[in-house]
Amino acid sequence: MSDKGIAKQVRETQVWKSIFRHGPPDNSRNRAAVIAGNVFLHLHPIKLKKSGVQLGYTWCMGGLTFFIFLALTVTGLLLMFYYRPTAEYAFNDIVALREHVPLGIMREIHRWGAHAMVITVWIHMFRVFMTGSYKPPREFNWGVGVILLVLTLLLSFTGYLLPWDQLAIWAITVGSGMAKATPFAGNAGPGAMLARIGDFVMVSDKNDVRFQLLGGRFVGEPALLRFYILHCVFIPLVVGVLIAVHFWRVRKDGGISAPL
Amino acid sequence: MLRELVNRLSDPIISFPLATFAFYLMLRYYKIFGTKKFAYWTVGILIPVTTWFLADPNFFSIIKTPDNIPIIILLISVGFFTWFALHKAAINDTRIEEGLGPIEATPENREKVWSWPNLVYVELFAIIACTAFLIVWAIIFKAPLEEPANPTWAPNPAKAPWYFLGLQEMLVYFDPWMAGVVLPGLIVGGLIAIPYIDTNPKGNGYFTFKERAMAITAFLYGWLVLWVYLIIVGVFLRGPNWTFYGPFEFWDFHKVVASFNVNLSEIIWIKMLGIGLPKNLVMREIFGIILSLAYIIIIPPWFAKATKVGRDLLKNVGSIRYYIFMFLILMTMSLPIKMILRWLFSLKYIVALPEWELNL
Repeated sequence: MSDKGIAKQVRETQVWKSIFRHGPPDNSRNRAAVIAGNVFLHLHPIKLKKSGVQLGYTWCMGGLTFFIFLALTVTGLLLMFYYRPTAEYAFNDIVALREHVPLGIMREIHRWGAHAMVITVWIHMFRVFMTGSYKPPREFNWGVGVILLVLTLLLSFTGYLLPWDQLAIWAITVGSGMAKATPFAGNAGPGAMLARIGDFVMVSDKNDVRFQLLGGRFVGEPALLRFYILHCVFIPLVVGVLIAVHFWRVRKDGGISAPL
Repeated sequence: MLRELVNRLSDPIISFPLATFAFYLMLRYYKIFGTKKFAYWTVGILIPVTTWFLADPNFFSIIKTPDNIPIIILLISVGFFTWFALHKAAINDTRIEEGLGPIEATPENREKVWSWPNLVYVELFAIIACTAFLIVWAIIFKAPLEEPANPTWAPNPAKAPWYFLGLQEMLVYFDPWMAGVVLPGLIVGGLIAIPYIDTNPKGNGYFTFKERAMAITAFLYGWLVLWVYLIIVGVFLRGPNWTFYGPFEFWDFHKVVASFNVNLSEIIWIKMLGIGLPKNLVMREIFGIILSLAYIIIIPPWFAKATKVGRDLLKNVGSIRYYIFMFLILMTMSLPIKMILRWLFSLKYIVALPEWELNL
């Protein structure tokens, strides 16, 4: 790396030095410092086995899943400025986004990104399986990954309702309809009729898991609000925490897997 | 003529056994499947075939739905990465047979490199490529938006999001409490249990098939045939009323499918014994209940006694792991078994207790 002219002068200013506390990463000491001294980069180890940087081995799908998650957070935040989760406004706000924003692609990136994240997370899991990377000492982190997979699907599923169009409510009606068949906890599930005291039905369509999920007996406005909050706040928070655990454990369990 | 043939072959009755057979061939001859030559030939054949499919107006009308594009991307990536994983596995297995060890274990690849610039630049490249891909996708295809929500008018077919269509397709063969709750729960629990069941120390950190043939076969069968294949069926081949439509078939709302599925109790009590159904519920379903219990209680110990594979497995992993593994495998196989029973005997339920919402 050459250090001449303006570049060198910039590097010697007080401002630059206050931000980057090390010289250019062209020697071992600075290459270590650039990773260790940066809060984002220090997710990485300072050195790693060569197979861990080869695309043919890692496929980079876990990293891309995380990146798409970040992209979805940013585009989702922007969409939240223009979207109101009520039956009256939700659909019209989406129409307005489409018609009044010239060249607007934030909703498109958000929707296609959501699909892409489901795909990348599946392929990531597939790669981890095919390289036996769930084997000791990484058993626990595989489990965390499975939970993250489920949460990814739930994130996508809750977001599906928000446009409040026919596609949305009927897809959610079909999907959430399964919940009423939950054994013991759904009104049409096996075992629900056991929960009965005389004529009093304990598990009915007014209090079963489906009712709790939708805030009603069908996909209506309470469901929209619930899905909105689950989608924008609750599940992302849980996912954020689990991603931290997942990455931490990747490091603590010995980094990207390699032959023992 | 040819289209008619494709329509018929796509029917799950035929395409499911075909998919299973193709899966068997893929793993049996994975070293041939994993060659570059095989990949080139496959792509070379798939391109004209796909073009031919797309030229059909009925097929095109299904494929052009914006929300179906992710599924096409999914299919391409699943196809490519399955080939790629087995390609790497075939190379490593050949090396292992020659005593060279997997390619990830060569001294050169064990060498440590600096994260800066080796790793961060790969990540930067991946991020830029992914961003470009998403932006292009977003510019070309508008996000779908249909009519405003109308709770009084249900579209037909009403489909769940595509990643759940495998589960919706299972509804053809199972009641919602199985297809929508118990089996998905077992998938999640089973996935988490994998590292604790699979005690094989080999194949940790490198691609291989030979050293982990059983684990990979079980996982890939569930993932490719029972999950991805069912999504394909659910997305492309299920039309109004969840009736089967071939890829070149028009979604005619009036297509009538003769269905007279019968329960096991009816087959035994009415057809075979000629007595008629007993009044007592448990008595009526006694055969189905015995069969179902026998399926999960008798098969595992029998398998461990009667077969060498079972004996070795039980010895290697211990009884707790063995029984959990067998339980998960039996639950997985309950889907294809139920499919085959439906197709061969028009069997609806093995245990039919609608009075208790307990149908199996």
